[in-house]
Amino acid sequence: MIIMALTPKDYEQMNKKASPPTKSYLTIPMAFLIGGLICTLGQFLTNLYTMLGLVKEIASASTSITLIFLAALLTGLNVFDNIAKVAGAGTLVPITGFSNAVAAPALEFKSEGLILGVGAKMFTIAGPVIVYGTVASVIYGIILYVFKLY
Amino acid sequence: MEVFMEYLKAFLVGGLFCAVGQVLIDYTKLTPARILVSYVVAGVLLGALGVYKPLVEFAGAGATVPLTGFGYLLSTGVKKAVAEKGLIGVLTGGLTASSAGITAAILFGLIVALVFKPKDKS
Repeated sequence: MIIMALTPKDYEQMNKKASPPTKSYLTIPMAFLIGGLICTLGQFLTNLYTMLGLVKEIASASTSITLIFLAALLTGLNVFDNIAKVAGAGTLVPITGFSNAVAAPALEFKSEGLILGVGAKMFTIAGPVIVYGTVASVIYGIILYVFKLY
Repeated sequence: MEVFMEYLKAFLVGGLFCAVGQVLIDYTKLTPARILVSYVVAGVLLGALGVYKPLVEFAGAGATVPLTGFGYLLSTGVKKAVAEKGLIGVLTGGLTASSAGITAAILFGLIVALVFKPKDKS
């Protein structure tokens, strides 16, 4: 029963031994490359929508919507995970990561039903993002209002 | 040439945001969920400090596509709403500006969950 005597520190060391070392000289350039390419695609879409006559704000929103759609679709096709394995933060940090964070658990927990499976689990990660993003904006709004900075 | 520079700036700045995210994953214990939250909140903060707007003007999609851009959108939304509607804008501004992205993610996420089959966990 050696296992019983494990301290958290021992466990951490064992964990370190068992998990492969992170190759940062590969992961960071890959994140840079793929993330950069996603943003370049975003710039292409924004230019395209602007050319089609959309004003700047709507072209930018349409770009986000397109990238969200593509990321959700690739999540459903089981392609997103394969790209994300190589890209790391390259697919996580752009808006594609937010879309995947909604679509992936929604699909994964389909077996638990449409309400508490799909409907609830899609907010596992997106929920906190919306909660803290919105509250941060409210705090900023209060500061703007109180100090009449608008 | 001008268009090329536009794409290059989007690539470099967007790539840099992602590289920073990767450094956080590799060298800290931040989980992806925490990184997403941090990026959005950082975007609100940078927007409030007036730092993010020049970056958007410089890098275009390189600054708006990363999740900090989502946070920036929240900050511009609340600023506009407070200016136009006063106190109620504090509550309406953020989500109004970000509603298209959130609704799109919910809608497409739901459709994907309904249409596709979950992968095997083997």
